[in-house]
Amino acid sequence: MGLDFSVVPAFAGALFSGALWTIAITLSAAVLSFFGGIVFAVIALYAPLVIRYPFRLFAWLFMGTPLLLQLFLIYFGLIQIGIDLPAFVAGVIGLGLHFAVYNSDIIQAGILAVDKGQYEGARTLGLSRIQTLRKVVVPQAVRSVVPPIGNNMIALLKDSALVSVIGVAELTLSSQMAISRTFRPFEFYVAAAACYYVINLGLEAGLRRIERRIQLAR
Amino acid sequence: MSDRPIIDIRHAAKSYGPLEVLKDISLQVQKGRIVAIIGPSGSGKSTLLRAINDLDPLSSGEVWLDDIQVNKALPPRQYETHINSVRQNIGMVFQHFNLFPHLTVRDNITLAPKMLKGISKAEADQLAVEQLNKVGLLDRIDYYPSQLSGGQKQRVAIARALAMKPKVMLFDEATSALDPELVEEVNLVMKQLAEEHMTMIIVTHEMGFAQDVCDRVLFMDQGVVVEEGPPEVIFRNPSNERTKNFLRKHLKGQH
Repeated sequence: MGLDFSVVPAFAGALFSGALWTIAITLSAAVLSFFGGIVFAVIALYAPLVIRYPFRLFAWLFMGTPLLLQLFLIYFGLIQIGIDLPAFVAGVIGLGLHFAVYNSDIIQAGILAVDKGQYEGARTLGLSRIQTLRKVVVPQAVRSVVPPIGNNMIALLKDSALVSVIGVAELTLSSQMAISRTFRPFEFYVAAAACYYVINLGLEAGLRRIERRIQLAR
Repeated sequence: MSDRPIIDIRHAAKSYGPLEVLKDISLQVQKGRIVAIIGPSGSGKSTLLRAINDLDPLSSGEVWLDDIQVNKALPPRQYETHINSVRQNIGMVFQHFNLFPHLTVRDNITLAPKMLKGISKAEADQLAVEQLNKVGLLDRIDYYPSQLSGGQKQRVAIARALAMKPKVMLFDEATSALDPELVEEVNLVMKQLAEEHMTMIIVTHEMGFAQDVCDRVLFMDQGVVVEEGPPEVIFRNPSNERTKNFLRKHLKGQH
C-alpha cells in the first residue's frame, strides 16, 4: 500500500480548525505562563517564608511530574472535588502553570541580574520597594530574558499536542480523527507536522519582532 | 538666609564589623550652601553622602533634613513610608547615572512625579520639558538612555532628580565615570544649579570644580573630617599634613 496524499485535502477544514485550536491554546497558555512566571518569580524571591516555602513545593511538583499527568489531574481529577473545567480551560491552565514554573526560574535570574544601581536610582527618588519592582526592576528583567522565554514558548507550542488526550480537538487530535476514518496515519501525521512547522515559523517571527522592539530599551 | 541648617548630621558613625568607615562626623549645611567632600578613596566620603538619604544606614548618629529625622528608628512598614517621603526631598546623582534603560528620557523624568505626586500626564510632560530645557537636552526627550552619551545621561539624571523639586541635591562623583571631554557639560549644569542657590553636597575628585563652585570644602580621610573650611583656605593654605599630601598628589597633572 503506497502513500497517497490526495486524501488530505478532504480533511483540510478539520485540520485547519485543529490548527486554530492549537494556536488558541498556545497563545492563551503563553500569556498565562508569562504573567504567572512573573508572579511566581516575585513570590520565590520576595514573599514571606510562609508563602515562599509552600510555593517551592508547588513549583517542585510542577517541574518534577509529567505534564501529561498534570493535565489528567486537572481535567479528570478535579471533577471529583467538584471542579468541572471545560477541556480547553483545563488544557490552558495545565500548560500555562507548567510553563509558568519554568518561566519563573528564568525571570528570577533576570531579576537578580538587574544592576543594584537601578534599585538605588528608583529608591532615592522616593519610590517604594513594590513600585521599584513593578516599574523598574521587573520590566528590565523581563526584557533581558526574552530569548530564553521565547524558547519556552516554542516548547509550549509543541507540548500543546498533549491536550489532545483530554479531548481538545486541536491539531494532533484532528489528524488522529482523520486517520481513524481513512487509515492513513503517515499522510495525516506529516500534514499535522507541516502545520506545526508553519505555526512555529509564525511564533518565531513574532518573538523576533518583540526582541527587535526592545533592543533600544535595554 | 537663616542659620538653621537644612541638613544636620550629628555624630555619624558607621562600621562594618571591626572596620570603622565613619567616626563621629558632624556636619551642618545651611540652605543654599554648596559643600564639597574630597578625600582619597575609602575615606568614607561616599558612605557619608549615602547616609544622608539613608541609602547606607548609619550605625549610630542622626541625620536631620529640616525638622525631620531621616534615619528615625521605626517599625519596618512605617519606616518604609517615612523614608520614601523623605527621599522625595533629597535628589541624588550617581557616578553611573542609574537611568532606567527601559524608559525614554521623558519617562525617566516623569516616572517618580507621576507615581508619587499624583500629577496628570500633561503636567508631567510639562515638567519633563522644563527640566530638560534646564539641562539643554529637550531635543532628546524621546530618546532611550542607550542612545545618549555619558555626559547627556548624567544631565538627564540631574533633570530626573530635579523633577521631584528636592530641597537638597547630593552628587556622588557625578563626573568620575565620564570621558574628560564630557565632564564640562555636567559641571556647567551643576554651576547653573549653584547660581540658583540649590543646596548641594558634592563628593568629587574635581578639585578645580570644588574650588570654583563650593562655599566650603571638607577633606576626609579614614572616616574622619581631617580639615574643613572655605576652598581658598583648603586648597591654597591647608594646615593639615594629610590634606597637603592628598592635594599634592591630586593637583599634580591637573591643568
